[in-house]
Amino acid sequence: MNALVIAALLLVLLTVSYQVGWSRSRKLADGKDTRLHSRPIYHGVLAALFAVLPAIVIIGLWALFSQSVTNSFILAQLPAEVAQQEPFAVQSAIARVQAIASGYGVIGEPTAAETAAASAYASFQQLSFLGVIAAAAALGAGGLFWAQRRIAPRLRARTEVEIFVRLALIACSTVAILTTLGIVLSLLADALRFFSFINPLDFFFGTTWNPRFQSAGTGSAGEYGLLPLLWGTVMISIIAMLVAVPIGLMSAIYLSQYAHERVRSVVKPIIEILAGIPTIVYGFFALVTVGPFLSGLGEAIGIDIRATSALTAGVVMGIMIIPFISSLSDDILGQVPRTMRDGSLGLGATQSETIRKVLLPAALPGVVGAVLLAVSRAIGETMIVVLAAGNSPVLRANPAEPTSTVTVSIVNQLTGDADFTSPQSLVAFALGLTLFAMTLLLNVLALYIVRKFREQYE
Amino acid sequence: MDVLAGKVKVTSKTLDQTMKPAELMDHPIRLSARDVTVHYGEKQALHGISIDIPDRAVTSFIGPSGCGKSTFLRCINRMNDTIEGAKVGGKIELDGEDIYSPDLDVVELRARVGMVFQKPNPFPKSIYDNVAYGPRIHGLAKSKADLDEIVVSSLRKAGLFEEVKDRLSEPGTGLSGGQQQRLCIARAIAVGPEVILMDEPCSALDPIATAIIEELIDELRENYTIVIVTHSMQQAARVSQKTAFFHLGNLIEHGDTEDIFTNPVNKQTQDYIMGRIG
Repeated sequence: MNALVIAALLLVLLTVSYQVGWSRSRKLADGKDTRLHSRPIYHGVLAALFAVLPAIVIIGLWALFSQSVTNSFILAQLPAEVAQQEPFAVQSAIARVQAIASGYGVIGEPTAAETAAASAYASFQQLSFLGVIAAAAALGAGGLFWAQRRIAPRLRARTEVEIFVRLALIACSTVAILTTLGIVLSLLADALRFFSFINPLDFFFGTTWNPRFQSAGTGSAGEYGLLPLLWGTVMISIIAMLVAVPIGLMSAIYLSQYAHERVRSVVKPIIEILAGIPTIVYGFFALVTVGPFLSGLGEAIGIDIRATSALTAGVVMGIMIIPFISSLSDDILGQVPRTMRDGSLGLGATQSETIRKVLLPAALPGVVGAVLLAVSRAIGETMIVVLAAGNSPVLRANPAEPTSTVTVSIVNQLTGDADFTSPQSLVAFALGLTLFAMTLLLNVLALYIVRKFREQYE
Repeated sequence: MDVLAGKVKVTSKTLDQTMKPAELMDHPIRLSARDVTVHYGEKQALHGISIDIPDRAVTSFIGPSGCGKSTFLRCINRMNDTIEGAKVGGKIELDGEDIYSPDLDVVELRARVGMVFQKPNPFPKSIYDNVAYGPRIHGLAKSKADLDEIVVSSLRKAGLFEEVKDRLSEPGTGLSGGQQQRLCIARAIAVGPEVILMDEPCSALDPIATAIIEELIDELRENYTIVIVTHSMQQAARVSQKTAFFHLGNLIEHGDTEDIFTNPVNKQTQDYIMGRIG
């Protein structure tokens, strides 16, 4: 209901102000020699912006602060001793009042004070909403009034609208940046809490991973050596790349250089289907098909390969990443100018010589970028490794043995019922931060490499 | 013919430096095409082209855009093979050998018939590696010294060596447009071709760079058979001994450059040279 009223208000403001701006400016120009600086449509948009933006700001402010305002209002209605309780008890008292006011049932008989507070709260809520709507409408009308007074032949409405557009675009990109920043900060805060339990040196350079869940809450913390997990992640990513880069790159080369247009139009979408398979499906494909197959293969040639191992997870992850690499590389190879290819063929180079010596070097920065992008995906991949890597956080070099990764450990640490103040859970944030730092580093590296190649060839 | 008078003056003046038609007599036929047709899918781009191209001389193809001159040029080293849907019919012989015969190796053909393209297209490699590209592929050099020798002499023949001798390891893409085009010519020469095809080699260059390239073409004809496609009739008059006029996929007229420009037989050729079509 409230949302509907707000939407209706904004819509009305929008149409009315646009119409006013449009028709007023039209009238100025009609039948006279005066020439408008901007077309009526810009005057309309400008008036609409002046009317709607203040209303949106008011409603936004209310949305931001209404919670704390209502909380303190309810607290003020309740007996004074309620406010002196612990924060958690205060919260539940407030929630009780809100539940009574909205007509939901509560556990136990509501006290007289609670009922009184609830009815006061209900009317306060109504009143405040009306107040906000009124304020928004008034401000909107004021904005409209001001905007339509400004309308004049020489008003640079077009320029002003452009400024608004630019500000809106800046605001959108700021959202992305601020979100990233927020994620990093929240990770950082909890990671620092973790490091108040565990020495960072023990975390980053420890070789044993043993969180000891059963000791949660007893003060004994367990061991949190990152290296086994990090090594597992790196090993699986390397195996995945060994599978994905050659296959992906070669299929891209085939598709972009050799394949007939008709073959290409069929094969490319099929390869891209691989990218659409949910990773959990890849996970049990690894578990029930690839793992047993690899272990059988190992038996046949006399190597002991476990069904759930770094190898299984890496191979399946590699398959998952193939379309990434092939699709991106295909686009990149397609962008190498045709004249370059003709130049090489015209000198009597064969097709494969042309690809090796001219096309691939020219496309290299892009291909490197694609590969590093794929690596960050491999590092962050979770479901496949949860199912197929064997979840054995032990530091060992043999890829045929089970292992574990950073992402798997995050899942394990957060899905237990340890509360969020124990190192057993908090370690997940430190792991997340590590993962974030790794992918960030990879992306920076990718950008650096790409830029270096560009400098060389442009 | 009165209207032609202005043009004749210009062309005959520039032609003074080039060979007289009589000298062409002792240039044997290098390339001969008989009834060559090209289809791009449904569309026919060439309708039966027959022409003989003499050894160690410059033959120019002129004509309006889309007339098929570039298409025919690309037939001569089978670059049309790389275009999907292109079909070539008829016969083209290089030294009496059918270049479309199944026994012929395209790679070998392209080593004998080099090509310079419309837009300078140096590889994203150093100047040295650009020129060394062909010799390396074909294994023409036995040692590093051999390769150095080939690179230097090719750059010299292309008139570029003096300008780049101190920066052979710098990227070829860093040169100016005219220098890039001469680099591409050096790159083609390095393979040791007999025929050099040039597809509007000066259309992306300024007048000074164009003049340098034209001078170079004139020098190169002593050792190579050169076929050049150009949309500039002045250029054709300046650099070539033979000229062929194409229109709408047909070869309208061909012969000694001087004859074509001073005394065209065909009405269409006359109109084109006068600037009435195209």
